[in-house]
Amino acid sequence: MTPLLQVENIAKLYGARIGCTDVSFDLYPGEVMGIVGESGSGKSTLLNCLAGHLTPDRGAVRFDTRADGLRDTITMSEPERRMLGRTDWAFVHQHARDGLRMNVSAGGNVGERLMAVNARHYGDIRAEAIDWLGRVEITEDRIDDRPTAFSGGMQQRLQIARNLVTGPRLVFMDEPTGGLDVSVQARLLDLLRGLVREMNLSAIIVTHDLAVVRLLADRLMVMKDGHVIETGLTDQVLDDPQHAYTQLLVSSVLQV
Amino acid sequence: MSDYNFAYLDEQTKRMIRRAILKGLAIPGYQVPFASREMPMPYGWGTGGVQVSAAVLTPDDTFKVIDQGADDTTNAVSIRRFFQKTAGVAVTEATSQASVIQTRHRIPEEELRADQILVYQVPIPEPLRFLEPSEVETRKMHALEEYGLMHVKLYEDISQHGDIATAYAYPVKVEGRYVMDPSPIPKFDNPKLEMAGIQLFGAGREQRIYAIPPYTQVVSLDFDDYPFQPTKADHACDLCGATDSYLDELIVDDAGGRMFMCSDTDYCTSRRKDGHVGAQGVPYKEDAA
Amino acid sequence: MISIENVSKSFVLHNQGAAEISVMEGASLTVAAGECVALVGASGAGKSTLMRMIYGNYLTASGRIMVGDVDVATAAPREIIQLRRDRLGYVSQFLRVVPRVSTLDVVAEPLLATGTPHDAAKSQAQDLLARLNIPQRLWQLSPTTFSGGEQQRVNIARGFAFPYPALLLDEPTASLDPTNRATVLAMISEAKARGAAIIGIFHDHAARDEICDRQFDVTEFTPGLAA
Repeated sequence: MTPLLQVENIAKLYGARIGCTDVSFDLYPGEVMGIVGESGSGKSTLLNCLAGHLTPDRGAVRFDTRADGLRDTITMSEPERRMLGRTDWAFVHQHARDGLRMNVSAGGNVGERLMAVNARHYGDIRAEAIDWLGRVEITEDRIDDRPTAFSGGMQQRLQIARNLVTGPRLVFMDEPTGGLDVSVQARLLDLLRGLVREMNLSAIIVTHDLAVVRLLADRLMVMKDGHVIETGLTDQVLDDPQHAYTQLLVSSVLQV
Repeated sequence: MSDYNFAYLDEQTKRMIRRAILKGLAIPGYQVPFASREMPMPYGWGTGGVQVSAAVLTPDDTFKVIDQGADDTTNAVSIRRFFQKTAGVAVTEATSQASVIQTRHRIPEEELRADQILVYQVPIPEPLRFLEPSEVETRKMHALEEYGLMHVKLYEDISQHGDIATAYAYPVKVEGRYVMDPSPIPKFDNPKLEMAGIQLFGAGREQRIYAIPPYTQVVSLDFDDYPFQPTKADHACDLCGATDSYLDELIVDDAGGRMFMCSDTDYCTSRRKDGHVGAQGVPYKEDAA
Repeated sequence: MISIENVSKSFVLHNQGAAEISVMEGASLTVAAGECVALVGASGAGKSTLMRMIYGNYLTASGRIMVGDVDVATAAPREIIQLRRDRLGYVSQFLRVVPRVSTLDVVAEPLLATGTPHDAAKSQAQDLLARLNIPQRLWQLSPTTFSGGEQQRVNIARGFAFPYPALLLDEPTASLDPTNRATVLAMISEAKARGAAIIGIFHDHAARDEICDRQFDVTEFTPGLAA
């Protein structure tokens, strides 16, 4: 089986300071990988390098494109990369307002990616938007409201609908449940798990919340000071951590 | 002859503007940056159009200025006088007589010829601006032909108003490539953007010039199930009886009485001279004021 | 079906002076299809550790753990994920689920993950919950609020939903009343009958004697405890 994403020796340096370095892994279709680490460990830098928001200084990020198989997304042309960004890739930001157009209605937000790939039938676009709002548990009567009128959890669900409407194969998530209160987080996690299974999505989730990765991620990568210090099955890394830092991280979680 | 250099601007500036115009003509619909000059009028009064007019005028030209279709509003009168004074060119109110027409908010009803130039005053040249505030991003979107966002605006219109409510500055795609703001002309005028004359657009404050060469394809954006419709008031001109021209609505008393009349004053007057009379109109008299 | 060869395991506690604790050395065990083997030994002897090593939850320091044709000790994460999806089931003592997901969905999930159509998965999950005497009014609720015994039964229903050829059971009859205990033992017998290779930990000796074909004493392979 061809990996969906093949990451080889990625490094991003900020001058003399290391953003992240020596990162390599394969992600297969349907797999969810978590990246954990404390603030400044390089996990967000890595995610932005993978998603094409930052250009790494070294390495390759190969994606299994529909047309030509594995292609290095770092060296491909910008139009191609941006095309991936609105078709096969999705990016869920921690803050919904970074990923939504706050002055456009919920329906317009969901429809944008469809229109970006040349959907030109209003009725179809609207029907699709209604379907997707339903899937993320936003009722149809809110379709013409702007996200500014939504709660934080609803905004985050709208962002997910907006991202998934074009049927992407790979979703990048940056702290998707950060800043939400616990009951809203649970609903979002449940929703994400269902969507990942139904759509056979692959996902890379950056978070500092070990509970989130335990529930969502198949595999885990632990980062510290820009380096990957441990990888493996999520429950294996959390239950039988090998590295000193991971042991500290796991034992530092408050039990409830 | 006046004490000004011909048409106010110095020759180097005109050269710079002409280069921008030529580039604009070579890449239809593409916004060419230019070094907009201070003009003796405030931004928003047509400084972009005036600079373009100044760069294309020759001493033999006949100049016409319209504002919302009318030759006799303050803005039109002052710009016309400006070039009378600084360029000494002939001026006219008759569309067919003019070789250069500067306009704000309208395209003349009378079809333009290949030897005529239409200069538009543009307030905001970037059609994507209302949804994407970043200039870096909009330029990239133009470069990569990422125009989905333009339809988001039309989608919002339909979802809020049941129809595409954008009635002016209706976005168009030029020669299958660049999406362009045709300046705040009513969408009724959009079909006329495909014409024999040269069309030049100048935005002074935003420092952009763009152009549509003669006989260029200009398509108004729409949805399959909500096709573009050039609309006007469903009425005939009360002065000349025309049913094919864009109409202004005029409130005439405190009781809600109103009348409709051609926004293109030259067109209306010419028709009345030819003997056409509308519902409330009286036959044309030469000295009627 | 399950073949363990000469495995060992140690923990290094980096944050406690890098203490290295060897917990298992040289353990070997083979379980055939249709066979049920009980892991026995004193508390702390390594029964759960060995079980977790087989499931891939703990890393194995050396040796081989073959489940079917996959060596869990060296397999890549995605091979283990695939193995767990359709060949290796595990009923742990603790139920770990996404909050707010209904009990019915929790039980149906292993079926959905292996491609059973939605409706069929739901109805199979209903049958299992009914058999384990989970009242129907609880099916739409999340099991996180259930009593210990109820959670245990939900866990068992989930573990038995898909007919895994290899099954690990950690105290499946703990905290169950006699009726439900009998039901669970019947389910284990049925799994054996269809050919599942089962490894279990039972503190319930009567249950162990009733259901298991033989015992495997892990104490023999525990450094410091071996006779």
